[in-house]
Amino acid sequence: MVITARTLDVAPPGARGAVWAEALLIRLGSALAALAVGALVMRVAGYDPWAAYREMAVGALGSWYAVEQTLLKAIPLALSGLGVSLAFTMGLWNIGAEGQLAVGAVAAGWLALGAPGLPAWAMLPGVVVLGAAGGAAWAAIPGVLRAAVGMNEILSTLMLNYVGLLWVDYLVFGHWADPTAFSFPYSRRFPESAQLPPLVGSVHVGAVLALAATAGLWLLLRHTAWGYEIRLIGTSPRAARYRGAPVARNVVAVMALSGLLAGLAGVAEVSGVVHRLQQGVSQGYGYAAIIIAWLARLHPWAVVLVAVLFAALLNGGFVIQTTGVPAAIASMLQALLLTFVLASEYLVRRHRRRRAVAAARAGLHQDP
Amino acid sequence: MTTDQLVALLAAAVPAGTPLVLAGVGELLAERGGVLNVGVEGVMLVGAVVGFAAVVATAWPWLGVVAAVGAGALLGAGHAFLTVTLGAEQVTTGLALALFGTGLSAFVGKPFIGVPNPAPFRAMALPGLADVPVLGAVFFRQDALVYLSYALPLLVWWWLARTRPGLHLRACGEAPEAADAMGVNVAAVRYGAVVAGAALAGLAGGYLSLAYTPAWTENMTGGLGWIAIALVVFATWHPGRLLAGAYLFGAVDVLGFRAQLLGVQASSIVLRMLPYLFTLAVLLVITALRQAAGMPAALGRPYFREE
Amino acid sequence: MARPLAEVRGVVKVFPGVVANAGVDLAIYPGEVLAVLGENGAGKTTLMSVLAGLYRPDAGTVLIDGSPVVLRSPGDALAQGIGMVHQHVFFFNATATTENLLLGWREAGVLLDARAHAARVRRLAGDYGLAIDPHARTDTLTLGERQQVEILRMLHRAVRVLILDEPTAVLTPQEAAGLIGACRRIAAQGRSVVFISHKLDEVLRVADRIVVLRAGRVAGVTTPDRTTPRALAQMMVGQEVEVTPRPPASPGPVVLTVDGVALEGPGGRALQDLCLEVRTGEIVGVAGVAGNGQRELAEVLAGLRVPRAGRVVWEGRDITRLSPRARWALGLAYVPEDRLGEGLVAAFTVAENAVLRDYDGPPVTRGLRLHWPAVRARARALVTRFAIGVPSLDTPAWHLSGGHQQRLLVGREVAATPRVLVAMYPTRGLDVQATAAVHRVLLDLRAAGAGVVLISESLDELFALADRIVVMHRGRLVGERPAAAATREEIGLLMAGAH
Repeated sequence: MVITARTLDVAPPGARGAVWAEALLIRLGSALAALAVGALVMRVAGYDPWAAYREMAVGALGSWYAVEQTLLKAIPLALSGLGVSLAFTMGLWNIGAEGQLAVGAVAAGWLALGAPGLPAWAMLPGVVVLGAAGGAAWAAIPGVLRAAVGMNEILSTLMLNYVGLLWVDYLVFGHWADPTAFSFPYSRRFPESAQLPPLVGSVHVGAVLALAATAGLWLLLRHTAWGYEIRLIGTSPRAARYRGAPVARNVVAVMALSGLLAGLAGVAEVSGVVHRLQQGVSQGYGYAAIIIAWLARLHPWAVVLVAVLFAALLNGGFVIQTTGVPAAIASMLQALLLTFVLASEYLVRRHRRRRAVAAARAGLHQDP
Repeated sequence: MTTDQLVALLAAAVPAGTPLVLAGVGELLAERGGVLNVGVEGVMLVGAVVGFAAVVATAWPWLGVVAAVGAGALLGAGHAFLTVTLGAEQVTTGLALALFGTGLSAFVGKPFIGVPNPAPFRAMALPGLADVPVLGAVFFRQDALVYLSYALPLLVWWWLARTRPGLHLRACGEAPEAADAMGVNVAAVRYGAVVAGAALAGLAGGYLSLAYTPAWTENMTGGLGWIAIALVVFATWHPGRLLAGAYLFGAVDVLGFRAQLLGVQASSIVLRMLPYLFTLAVLLVITALRQAAGMPAALGRPYFREE
Repeated sequence: MARPLAEVRGVVKVFPGVVANAGVDLAIYPGEVLAVLGENGAGKTTLMSVLAGLYRPDAGTVLIDGSPVVLRSPGDALAQGIGMVHQHVFFFNATATTENLLLGWREAGVLLDARAHAARVRRLAGDYGLAIDPHARTDTLTLGERQQVEILRMLHRAVRVLILDEPTAVLTPQEAAGLIGACRRIAAQGRSVVFISHKLDEVLRVADRIVVLRAGRVAGVTTPDRTTPRALAQMMVGQEVEVTPRPPASPGPVVLTVDGVALEGPGGRALQDLCLEVRTGEIVGVAGVAGNGQRELAEVLAGLRVPRAGRVVWEGRDITRLSPRARWALGLAYVPEDRLGEGLVAAFTVAENAVLRDYDGPPVTRGLRLHWPAVRARARALVTRFAIGVPSLDTPAWHLSGGHQQRLLVGREVAATPRVLVAMYPTRGLDVQATAAVHRVLLDLRAAGAGVVLISESLDELFALADRIVVMHRGRLVGERPAAAATREEIGLLMAGAH
């Protein structure tokens, strides 16, 4: 299966602002619809939706601590979201951010736990670089398979998700296990030198990384020849072939870059927040990243914005567990949001087409 | 490995492969009609939890089956609406379905974790057939749902190859314009295929919670839905080859658990990686040999008459 | 006068941005062959698609046997006895021919019994002189044979009005004559045949009545004995048709050579032992029925495919394996068949499309950075020079009309004055003005000393523009004639493989 991602229409001139306004309205409407359906599901399952939503809002943004926690989640979400959106821009379905994040975390942990004596000025950049490299390598595998034999990357990245997460399990229950943890699924603690220093409160310097990555990606796509080439291959593979743009090389490079960003997300998690490698390190961020990328219409700055919103949602879901509502409410709402946005966008497209036809017909009747 | 051990392995491979048969045949139907449903994983999970809930509530296992099938069909109808009526991009829509199904099942299933299944499907030896050497032990000492799954690929093959509605389904997947021009209702046929496919995926999930495990845990499908999609490609969209492939994967899966018994020294976690690596390897071989011939020509493309 | 079998009154059909039919009245009588003539974009296919139930008219009525009907789908039309064989043959591959014919036929029952129907199929085929093997798998058939199966499918369903949309596009002149004979036989049985075409000579040979459409309206109704080709052409175009005078050729040295190239295509050999020479200052016209290797030839020339055997040589240098990018740098330009899907990026703006060829070098890109002012300057130059009608450089390419898209594509390829231009069906689907514009560009290029390989399905175009005409048949170049000395009959025979 060779499937290209052609999900965006380019707006006619002068209408670009209107298109973003429309997109925003659709997303707001869909958010309300998603919340309504979520409320219905909660009601049927026996929970009180309004209390739940209130708790979630407070838990996400109601205190300085809550905001910090939200921002901490936003960092890996933004990074992996950027990675996924880059891949999607070139028509590559990178569903493997979950695994790439995990392998990035493994690579970071390898240095942190393997060479604990390294001084901070070597350890910290080392951990970041290795984490990025690990994620890049894990994504490059399906990239090479796609470039070399045309193997569909949806399934290959997915399979590697499972393998990557099992790899974490293997390490965390095995060689890297914390001897004081009595077979709890986490590794020994990272040394101080391998922990990302805080920036504001407990929000670590990973935030700077995320913002830098956003700016970098935006510049890349809009203001470089490579960015033009990536957009060309993603928008029209046939025109790219006609022009002789090097597709194979780009598939590997873009997948690697995409995985690099997810790997950085992994570093942000293990070096910035938990200071260990633990089972389920990815926490579904890799899958959430897909929804984030799509909702942001693959635009880097919008990715950051949506990532923060999703972080708030996830944080709220985490907090609400104490009241008995499962944390899965958050991921369910995210998926509902995507579904409603999809449905709305296509409904709008149909409506717009009918309006255009009616306008043309009206113009005809005025013509003698 | 002794003969007994081999027979035991094969006998375990069959139920392990059964969810792949069910979900795989369902996906094959949808894809032969031209619609890709990558949300199978989510549909299976919802089928599993709904079926489990029904059996816990009523202690009627067949009601669990009906509930699982119904839940799958409902999700399939939603997917069909988005992809067939609205013409939404099929991969994204499928992913949304997968994520929704995963989240919904985890949400709804929370109270059922750790709850025992009051009426699981048990193995029933078929009189006479069960005593056939080797084959009897492997195929005819399984539970009712497995027996159901034996008939399915044959039924679907016959439907596609030898009936006119099956011809119409194939036409919708190869050349919907031709089908439309000859008076076939492409949308209705595609709806039917997608809903039937999702219903089977729901059944596959229900099989896990009602018979195979038989219990409910979060994410209990562990990627089987994705493997089923790979399996359809592996089988070049033929039901017969799908059956064989499903049992092959089932054997690999079971091998992971049995390897230590067979004296293989390896971490159980590493062995659990086997099915995924095997899927990867199989896909690689198939793509490299260009076996994707047989793919329905209109797969993934929405069809509208006035474009 | 007998009552019309089918009729449309006041049909209006509008698509976003274009009025396809602006109030058309048409009647079809039993036992006649009615030709619907018009140039590309006149609304012929749209009108007939309304009659065949594919489109719902925005205004007007369809009448069958004098009573108004509402056709909601092609199935409804078929039930009323109206069937259409489309220009782009809608085909259902990988099945036996008989299965194809049974598609959608309710009376066949639930179970397929191919053998029982095969006999009926063979008999039916014999009646109309169509050579069809009911057991052949459809993916082994040629385009012409597939079309025959399509026609048979309609006859099998006992249609009373058979609509054929540009049926001879995929046929050699000899096969076309056979089809025309079949049409007359079908009409002789009391059925009606509607023959959509833009080819004057065919229409004059096949039709009992001719309806000319222009810009979505009926421009005239006549019969072959009461009109002339010139009069028909004038009705089609609405003005005096001007012929672009062509200055005599003075070809220079050979710049591009294709030597013994062989290439595999889907279902066998697409190119075999193909040899071609292109000189500066000349236009080489490549004639041939679609599907005989034209696309493969163009792609080998442009660097999109590497042949299995043989060489492509540019001024003594072997460029067989050279990429399209490198060939562009040498001076080889390519206007592909699919303008919006391949030559242009539909979702990219006019500005972005203008730099598709050289976005990665100066002046557009310096170092790593893409300079948007340079991009826009390039685009502005193209728009001005080739009169591309766009409200702004930020208009996406899909927003432009076909004619302007082609001006953009051809303009971009030609702006850097290439040494050789390969143009494949460059005026397909364009109206008269756009076609004339493209022709002017090609002639100017030739005058500037470039070599042009013009692959075309229109003998008119080839005779008007080419200095030499070569003919492709089954992947070979089977004949070469100087255009001035060649006749259509000769070329037609070569296209059919008789040489």
